[in-house]
Amino acid sequence: MSIRTISVLVENHAGTLSRIAGLFSSRGYNIASLTVGETEDPTISRMTIVVGGDDAVIEQVVKHLNRLIDVIKVIDFGADPIIERELVMVRVDSTKSNRHEIVELAQLFGATVAQVSATSITFELSSTCDKVNNFIGLIKPYGIKEVVRTGKIAMAQPKK
Amino acid sequence: MNKTGAEILIDALAQEGVDVLFAYPGGQVIPIFDALYDAKGLKVVLVRHEQAAAHAAEGYARATGKVGCCLATSGPGATNLITGIADAYMDSIPIVAITGQVPTSYIGTDAFQEADLVGISRPVTKHNYLVKDIRDLPRIFKEAFYIAGSGRPGPVLIDLPKDVSVATFENYEYPKSVSIRSYSPTIIGHPKQIEKAAEMIKAAKKPLIFAGGGVISSSASEQLFELAEKINAPVTLTLMGLGAFPGEHGLFIGMPGMHGSRAANNALQETDCIVSVGVRFDDRVTGHVGSFAPKAKIIHLDIDPATISKIVKVDVPVVGDAKNILVALNKLLTPRGVSEWNDQINAWKGEKIFSYKHSEKSIKPQFVIEQAYEMTKDKDAIICTEVGQHQMWTAQYYKFARPRTFISSGGLGTMGFGLPASMGAALGQPGKLVLNIAGDGSIQMNIQELATISINKIPVKVLILNNEYLGMVRQWQDLFWKKRYSSTCLRGGTLCEECAPGHCKKHYVPDFVKLAESYAIPGFRALKHADVIPVLRQGLEIDGPAIMEFSVTPEENVYPMVPAGKSLDEAMEEL
Repeated sequence: MSIRTISVLVENHAGTLSRIAGLFSSRGYNIASLTVGETEDPTISRMTIVVGGDDAVIEQVVKHLNRLIDVIKVIDFGADPIIERELVMVRVDSTKSNRHEIVELAQLFGATVAQVSATSITFELSSTCDKVNNFIGLIKPYGIKEVVRTGKIAMAQPKK
Repeated sequence: MNKTGAEILIDALAQEGVDVLFAYPGGQVIPIFDALYDAKGLKVVLVRHEQAAAHAAEGYARATGKVGCCLATSGPGATNLITGIADAYMDSIPIVAITGQVPTSYIGTDAFQEADLVGISRPVTKHNYLVKDIRDLPRIFKEAFYIAGSGRPGPVLIDLPKDVSVATFENYEYPKSVSIRSYSPTIIGHPKQIEKAAEMIKAAKKPLIFAGGGVISSSASEQLFELAEKINAPVTLTLMGLGAFPGEHGLFIGMPGMHGSRAANNALQETDCIVSVGVRFDDRVTGHVGSFAPKAKIIHLDIDPATISKIVKVDVPVVGDAKNILVALNKLLTPRGVSEWNDQINAWKGEKIFSYKHSEKSIKPQFVIEQAYEMTKDKDAIICTEVGQHQMWTAQYYKFARPRTFISSGGLGTMGFGLPASMGAALGQPGKLVLNIAGDGSIQMNIQELATISINKIPVKVLILNNEYLGMVRQWQDLFWKKRYSSTCLRGGTLCEECAPGHCKKHYVPDFVKLAESYAIPGFRALKHADVIPVLRQGLEIDGPAIMEFSVTPEENVYPMVPAGKSLDEAMEEL
């Protein structure tokens, strides 16, 4: 099983999200993450869906997405080079004594401090999913209170 | 011209060529029914249960090739349509279902008779709409009919809140054209793929044509016929495909799959090239997928790309309309003579594609079907069925000559389908002889429609093969569950202590002949073998609807049978 990123352009109206989500649940496909937002054309939304499955499953996912009337275009990035980002907010236990150490570590990832309290620091980081995972892993020993991730968004790299 | 939402609905049906609407009123659709009161040129058929409205719309669609239409109120009326809509979805039948909805301002408040129909119907519709603004209504109707009838056909639901049906649209005009940027089915097959298919067929030593409902949807029977005769390949048709190729033709080898013929199943297992047309490789056809057609290269012609390689890996897919592709494919093919392969097929086929043990001691259900066939084969009859043993026997023993003459619930397997579907077929094809072949279990699932049939004088001939069991489930219990007939005996019910066929002291209900009489429909009953032909003759000769009940051998099984999950070469035969 591999993890694939699929970008789906859909009609921006009520009910479209439930059609997409319903397709995944009724056909037994696994969604790792799903993000939705408007595109440069306000009548069109883009969903970035990260889905797990072998090639045959992904082929079926793409075909069934295409079958939905509200789906305008499905782009399976496959192995194509993409630019991807995910935003994460991590709240970690921290007191006066280790604050500097944690901030220093976070800075290595380019994470910024979103909020500080007497007992915690909240970082935000926008990066690739791998780096986000890595960051969370390294900061975990300090005691994570809460993690909020947006899920991945992605764009194909421009063709030269 | 100014029109209300309800009036727009009626105009849309007229513009789309719908001449029959199967409907049931209720609170939220009173404005629509009020407008229907004056609708000219549209026959409104009041059914007795909304499920029947949906099946009748399916029957109409399948008999005519047009889009069928049904209408129900919000909440329970609409949810009652769902089984029929799901049935249409599984069998790719074009229907437009219109449901009333509570006024837009009440939506989401758990109002009286409110149900989220767009949510409920989403997984069983090709598309659906909740109309929030009357200005969208004409476009939605235009799109709904277009989506239902084009590409791979299917059901579309329009949920119409009451305030929209009473609102007024100023300067209304029905759209002349439709354009949906996200929907454009592929019609023309890719020439390169068609070439590849032709090469593969030319190279084949043992070609087999395997066709289904797609041939009927696409009106491609003539092209299929041309293909078969040109390459002299045997033809097997799925349940949905029956009628797409003449049942009496020498190249026809019967239906494949669980209750398929020995010839068809052997052919699938031995062929080196399957030309599949408009099929979806259902599990009832393939048996154990891993051992399906092990020697074959597979060509698959289908309008739905998602069907290709969904179940079985396909070697040459061609996406497009079957008729279109077959026309192009036939041009590329050269005639192929008969070969050893044809001899082999004929040897498997034997004298008859299907056979059973004859007996005159009781009424064999297969005998009833054979006789019904003999008496109706020259009448271009339309045969509907319910679901179960009688359905399989009909598929096996009735030799369908033309497309759109066999109407049965395939994918969903809906008991109660046949009676309302036969009403739809009869109203869609007035003047044609329409039979509904039923079991005594299935017929009771929508038996209330006898009222609709009686009142509207719909000339449907109902044949009830009464074995006093839910026969197909009983057959499974017989073969795989140690004959523990749990809840399948329609005399006893859940558990019958002293069960012995013919010795049951319990009384069978209902008396179908008396029931027929209570609906003012003539009823006839055959209790013994010698009664079969006279009863059929009486029932068929009489004007208008008739009910014919046949007390058939109770514990007759459908053979051959490939047990679920087994390979097609592991069929059980009658002992």
